[in-house]
Amino acid sequence: MATTLTINGEAKSFEVPAEMPLLWVLRDVLGMTGTKFGCGIAQCGACTVHIDGKAVRSCMLPVGAVRGRAVTTIEGIGATPAGAKVQKAWLELEVIQCGYCQSGQIMSASALLAATPNPDDSDIDAAMAGNICRCGTYVRIRAAIKQAASQRQS
Amino acid sequence: MILAEKNFQGVSRRTLLTGGLAGGFLLAFHLPVRAGAVNEPVQPPDDTAGKFAPNALIRIDSSGTTTLVMPQVEMGQGVYTSISMILAEELDADFARVALEHAPPSDKLYGNPMFGIQATGNSNSIRAWWPHLRTAGAGARAMLVQAAAKQWQVDPASCTTANSEVMHKESGRTLSYGELALAASSEVPPKDVPLKDPKDFVLIGKPLKRLDTPDKVNGKAIYGIDAMLPNMKFATIKTCPVFGGKVGKVDDSAAKKIPGVQKIVVSDDFVAVVGDHMWAAKKGVDALVIDWNEGPNAQLSSSDIWRDLRAASEKDGAVAKSVGDIAKGLSTGDRVEAAYELPFLAHATMEPINATVHLTADSCEIWTGTQVMTRVQSEAAKAAGLPVEKVIVNNHLLGGGFGRKLEADMAVAAVRIAKQVDGPVKVVWTREEDIQHDVYRPVYRDTIAATLADGKIVGWKYRVSGSAIMARWFPPGFQKGVDIDGVDSAIDMPYDIPNFHVEFVRAEPPGVPTGFWRGVGPNNNVFAIESFMDELAKKAGKDPIEFRRGMLAKNPRLLAALNLAAEKSGWGQPLPDRVGRGVSVQPSFASFIATVVEAEVDQQGEVKLRRVTCVVDTGIAVNPDTVRAQLEGGLIFGLTAALYGEVTIDKGRVQQSNFNDYRMLRIDQAPKIEVHVIQSGEAPGGIGETGVTAGPPALRNAIYAATGVALRRLPIDRSLIAGKKS
Repeated sequence: MATTLTINGEAKSFEVPAEMPLLWVLRDVLGMTGTKFGCGIAQCGACTVHIDGKAVRSCMLPVGAVRGRAVTTIEGIGATPAGAKVQKAWLELEVIQCGYCQSGQIMSASALLAATPNPDDSDIDAAMAGNICRCGTYVRIRAAIKQAASQRQS
Repeated sequence: MILAEKNFQGVSRRTLLTGGLAGGFLLAFHLPVRAGAVNEPVQPPDDTAGKFAPNALIRIDSSGTTTLVMPQVEMGQGVYTSISMILAEELDADFARVALEHAPPSDKLYGNPMFGIQATGNSNSIRAWWPHLRTAGAGARAMLVQAAAKQWQVDPASCTTANSEVMHKESGRTLSYGELALAASSEVPPKDVPLKDPKDFVLIGKPLKRLDTPDKVNGKAIYGIDAMLPNMKFATIKTCPVFGGKVGKVDDSAAKKIPGVQKIVVSDDFVAVVGDHMWAAKKGVDALVIDWNEGPNAQLSSSDIWRDLRAASEKDGAVAKSVGDIAKGLSTGDRVEAAYELPFLAHATMEPINATVHLTADSCEIWTGTQVMTRVQSEAAKAAGLPVEKVIVNNHLLGGGFGRKLEADMAVAAVRIAKQVDGPVKVVWTREEDIQHDVYRPVYRDTIAATLADGKIVGWKYRVSGSAIMARWFPPGFQKGVDIDGVDSAIDMPYDIPNFHVEFVRAEPPGVPTGFWRGVGPNNNVFAIESFMDELAKKAGKDPIEFRRGMLAKNPRLLAALNLAAEKSGWGQPLPDRVGRGVSVQPSFASFIATVVEAEVDQQGEVKLRRVTCVVDTGIAVNPDTVRAQLEGGLIFGLTAALYGEVTIDKGRVQQSNFNDYRMLRIDQAPKIEVHVIQSGEAPGGIGETGVTAGPPALRNAIYAATGVALRRLPIDRSLIAGKKS
């Protein structure tokens, strides 16, 4: 049976088992490789996407559980006000090194700012502690979230 | 690492200036300055027709686009931008209009001048290439100038260049590099091409924006794991959990029933499941019932390995360096001895290891992200049974390297799987397989005996015991029993000590494969030296910084870094109970770094990182913002290992499996980090690994200051530093 999802505002249909995690649907079925595989057990955050605007780990999220809900991925996050601000701040402060975890970092940060426009350090800790960065860009991630928060809604 | 260029086959300037352009744009690498090409897996081999291609690194087409071919790989360290800055500086190219390409495999054209092979590691991309890149850029510029001067019939010396244009001021004429591309192709570069005076640099030394990051904020950047090909299959792998074990009997009846599973590939030491997507492959692997022939390591445990290493480290080693009279030195003054131990570590790159292979009867094409292009090519050729020239390697951005991708094992395994698959197959390791089948940072045990007189060190006998990684990976680096990596920062002693002796004991752990891990040999050496320095300072009754200063007079760059670190960190200012500051200094990778960590130890022995102050003199900082970023990140990488990193072995198996039990430092634990870059006109040093080396001893010394407990082993054992029970 075909599954239809709305991803970044577009309807996408495909046939996969309902228990297949959204991560692998995005990457291997739809070829949307911006969302990354890091651990498969929701420990690293590399696979973070938004479901109805909330950050979730797609590696353990069965695709059957998100039918009829809005999926946003790194490929589409720039179209949201918070996402655009985060991307801009990420580049201005040159947060990124290898970049592999950064899709997930940006998705978590965008969800944080959309819900909490002026996060303090403990808000940032709570929203971002699920995202591992092996390059160790945490200092700049924190600064970039604050910079994004300080920018006016464009 | 001290590998003199003269000792190894290097890339001569002539090679760089005259080499043709083999291979070409074969990969799906996308930068904003280059239109298209995303996800187009196979590009026809580039040719240089109609382009000015003065050497293997530069080509300029008639539209003026300057394409720079990257001989080193980008794994986050910012080297694509730094290499481009150096080339564009001497070329006087318009930096806003450079496009980048990953180099194809070729030791001849793109071999790292320090290694003689195309390898990215040892924090030496900029150090090794610095003169060669400058000469390549300057030579190309000279040819463009000659072409313009000929056209204008003027003296080339009367022409100037900037922003990809040649100008003749007297007559007000200009020609763009694009307009000159064809004519410049028939020019010959001058023999001794002049290089810029550093005071005239317009790019080098500026904190320029990285060229690779814009596509890393929107999902467009393509890593090896993102390779997508028509009709591709997806596979994942289950390797014998015991090192060296083999596949016995496989019951794949349940796996075959899983929707999307296409094939089971049974190999010598692994079983792989090939499917329509990774999910099917993973479910398939989970459903396999495999009897393993576990082999000789089935009872191996960490305690065996440590028992053997400790015994080996008590024997004499091969002498790596000896200065003065060590016997006399050790019989003078108060003697202090200590042993320091470091554990096995996994790399855990965020991008799990992977390779995509399309094998046919007479060709093999590979898509991956590797630090060793030509090794992947030659190892894959062996596995495929094809000549090397039949193997095409498409390199990609690396989602972290850290030394793991200095190995070719992932490509070899993928070729073995591809032999049984029609069409391309992407093989991705699960995180569990990635951690349990790594090539581990070896266990080390370092013993040091030293003597003190009048507050200074008189004798220093230092023995390093552990794997000789060079003996396997780069045999010229293992000579007469000494592994040059193992003793790298041990023989590069920054302190002025009259009687000084370093030995190396090669002690290979049975079964466990060992390899380079970011920070390499210096991680071990600097931890032992700097930890011991604090113990000696205490014995001498001196402040740790004061004690070091007294022996750094002959090392002014390191002394200056230490002095600034003391000032910036507030060294000596009072701190609350159970909070301490610790220092470490290092001359490793030809950069001079002093680091102060401020940390708090709670009553349970948990450590809170409060603040890190790091001062670096890396010579000319090509991109100072990248230097800062590498230190910030490197410190986190090293401190992560100090706080949590340990791979242990039981029954021949790695006991850790994923980020739940192989812990990483997270943002809520990250300290404030300040990096101060000292202005310098010296040649650039290495930077990518220096922070990793700097953090652990400074943290260990901060804990020593906070608690009085002299830790001699990593990771930190909380039980040793917990507060006294009331």
